[in-house]
Amino acid sequence: MKKKELKKDPYNVIITGVGGQGNVLASRLLGNMMVNNGYFVTIGETFGASQRGGSVMSHLRISKKSVWSPLIPKGMADMVVSLEPIESIKVMANYGNNKVKIISNTRPIYPVQVIAGELQYPSREDIETTIGELTSDYTFIDATDEAIKLGNPILGNIMMIGAVAGTGILPFDKKDFEKVITNYLPSDKIDANIKAFEIGEKMVH
Amino acid sequence: MSFLVDGKKGNKYLLMGNEAIARGALEAGISVAAGYPGTPSSEIIENLAKAAEERNVYVEWSVNEKVAMEVAASAAFAGLRSICTVKQNGVHVASDFFVHLAYSGIRGGMLLILCEDPGAISSINEVDSRYFAKMLEVPLLEPGDFQEAKDMAKWGLELSDEIKSVIMFRSVTRLSHASGNVIIDSLPSVDKTAYFDCHGPVFSDRGPIISAPVPMMHTLQQNKMKKVAEIFEESPFNTYRGPEKPELLIITSSACYLYSIEAVHVLGLGDRVGILKLGTTWPLPPKLIKKHLSSTDNILIIEEVISFMEENIKVLAADFAGEIGVKKFYGKNDGTLPSTNEMNPDILVDALKNVLGIEYTPVPEEYEKNARILAFTKSPNRELTFCPGCPHRASFWSINNVLKMDNRGGFVCGDIGCYTMAILPTGFSTVKTVHAMGSGTGTASGFGKLRQFNMDQPVLSVCGDSTFFHAAMPALVNAVHHKSDITMVILDNSGTAMTGFQPHPGLDYNVTGEKVPSVDIAEVCRAIGARVEVRDPFELEETQNTLMDLFQDTKGAKVLILKQPCSLSPERKGKKNFEMSVNEEICIGENCGCNRLCTRIFRCPGLVWDKEKKVAHIDEVICTGCGVCASICPAGAITKVEVQ
Repeated sequence: MKKKELKKDPYNVIITGVGGQGNVLASRLLGNMMVNNGYFVTIGETFGASQRGGSVMSHLRISKKSVWSPLIPKGMADMVVSLEPIESIKVMANYGNNKVKIISNTRPIYPVQVIAGELQYPSREDIETTIGELTSDYTFIDATDEAIKLGNPILGNIMMIGAVAGTGILPFDKKDFEKVITNYLPSDKIDANIKAFEIGEKMVH
Repeated sequence: MSFLVDGKKGNKYLLMGNEAIARGALEAGISVAAGYPGTPSSEIIENLAKAAEERNVYVEWSVNEKVAMEVAASAAFAGLRSICTVKQNGVHVASDFFVHLAYSGIRGGMLLILCEDPGAISSINEVDSRYFAKMLEVPLLEPGDFQEAKDMAKWGLELSDEIKSVIMFRSVTRLSHASGNVIIDSLPSVDKTAYFDCHGPVFSDRGPIISAPVPMMHTLQQNKMKKVAEIFEESPFNTYRGPEKPELLIITSSACYLYSIEAVHVLGLGDRVGILKLGTTWPLPPKLIKKHLSSTDNILIIEEVISFMEENIKVLAADFAGEIGVKKFYGKNDGTLPSTNEMNPDILVDALKNVLGIEYTPVPEEYEKNARILAFTKSPNRELTFCPGCPHRASFWSINNVLKMDNRGGFVCGDIGCYTMAILPTGFSTVKTVHAMGSGTGTASGFGKLRQFNMDQPVLSVCGDSTFFHAAMPALVNAVHHKSDITMVILDNSGTAMTGFQPHPGLDYNVTGEKVPSVDIAEVCRAIGARVEVRDPFELEETQNTLMDLFQDTKGAKVLILKQPCSLSPERKGKKNFEMSVNEEICIGENCGCNRLCTRIFRCPGLVWDKEKKVAHIDEVICTGCGVCASICPAGAITKVEVQ
């Protein structure tokens, strides 16, 4: 799988979600795997104030040639990994096109104005229809629900990275993941993360 | 092995801009690093702290930026190399010392590393502090990518050591908090000896260090700047890519360099447009600028935030006009580019389209229009909110309730921290002014003296624990001394929470984890002469009764310390004190007189309104088990069970 070429250069991935979902870790893990496999990687992240509940977005540019801008130009995303289902819809307004591959978690995190009854959160069906209007290439996976079964909802981010591997679009695999995860987490957490990666990988097969 | 201590030249890492800067400083052999936390600068000190022992570096989070700069300068006075790290506000806090340091000079090498925030992604200002370099006459360096962030930090320290002047090094959010490939260099020996050679003759490099006599020291600094301009003529960090005679020359720096490359690439203009990237933006190297201005008649200057480079280049263009002719400039001044907010590739694509009169549409108009409508209608906005279990939500709940009960139009002067968000519904819109660090209590001190003009509104201020030490202490002294009638509420959450939980003088450990004496906030306030009460904000009733009591005590400055660790702190993160639940039999939702007080007003993300069942319920993934919502439900439907 590693030998595979990028479909496009630079290949542009957006990992989006809500503060506290492990978005930044997910983008760093993916970025490091690609660097280890010989690519130039640029990651642009917005993680200013550490409060949770706001949208968080990472732009990854993967290239054989050079680093690129930490912000993807309009309409030029190739893949959107959405840790929260409505976040991909937000991202598509600026960076979307009808060929984007979307991999989305199903578990909603309600904006505070939805909780307060001021705004409506769309139904699962409504979200799928909306995303279907924006691209024909999308997959929903129950990452958080599976992560809760594993004992910790935060593992949803790793499951999503596993799902990216499962698509076979980017040149990395479980071995690459095992190599980078040891640099980021204490040893007692490694096994659960590898398990989460494996589950995610299978979810898109 | 960590990138910080890896000594093998040529190894490759994916580094965040701030990590690259930290690595560059280590490669230059710094001995001291001091800073005050501020997004997007904080990770430089945090990373250096991890390498402190192995690389023999003294690292500290100082009480504020001015002291940080003084601490770093002392090392440079003693012949060592040092850095001071700040966000844009920090340069202004440190500026009084900086003014004098620019004239007095140093004996080692020192960088003032400022990480600015164009677009104010994590700030409440987007001030462009590059003007300090020009105003104080010190060199300014701006890296254009991640590799340069490392290389220029190293080179900047070496240059500073050579010219014996502090140098400003400016990064921005999109470099500091972005990541890219970096190839490392080797690391020097860590053996250093500090000695302050100050007993020699005055005006020698072995005498005392002072900015006076001013005309002499000022001239000396200007001579250094002339030498620096010569050095900058040959700097490898000023680069050009593009045709020899471009139709349009872009002159840019910093993150805008990467956006410029992208925009030229997107529009396929590589053979028509050249990019001159400047890493040394003050003083500008005149010969280099002249050479490139001569290559074309049309120049577009791209920078964040205001037109610093543009103005300085135009001065040179005027000087050279006789030789190179009159040029057409595009940039901020003619409105080609905005002078507010951060730049991005799309803004530059539009600018190039306008200047060159070309057409380009990235996605079909119909698609874009539909995508925007769907984003608006199907993806509800995420308003900023305090975290689930945040003590500030409980604190402002109490402050707001007491102000309403008091009913005299009382208000809160806010300060800088997560609690700035109390200007929003998440803090019940309780805060009414927000400016600089410590300004809440400073302005309150003034408001408290307006009784003379018949103002009877209760005056409160809030500040965090780190902010208290940074700049609010003098304001409290002022309020006590001038008998200003205020209540200062110190929201003590045991760390500098907003920037990622850095320690401060109120804690008994420092950035490297060493045990250090803590300074007790309550004792300091008592020593200043204020009446001081300490409460747990999660105990709503007790907090509100105490606040009422402090209001009624109309004489002078009072302090209420609301002490409860941040819900993201190591102490609380992932640990629930209570299992929360809603008794669906008791919760009568919209039929209750409370009109959904919990989900509509209290608005903790852990509490969700179930539209189908018409009851509140707890989201167990989000809830942190602080227990506060059990105290706000008038029906007693929310219950808490202590976790053993």
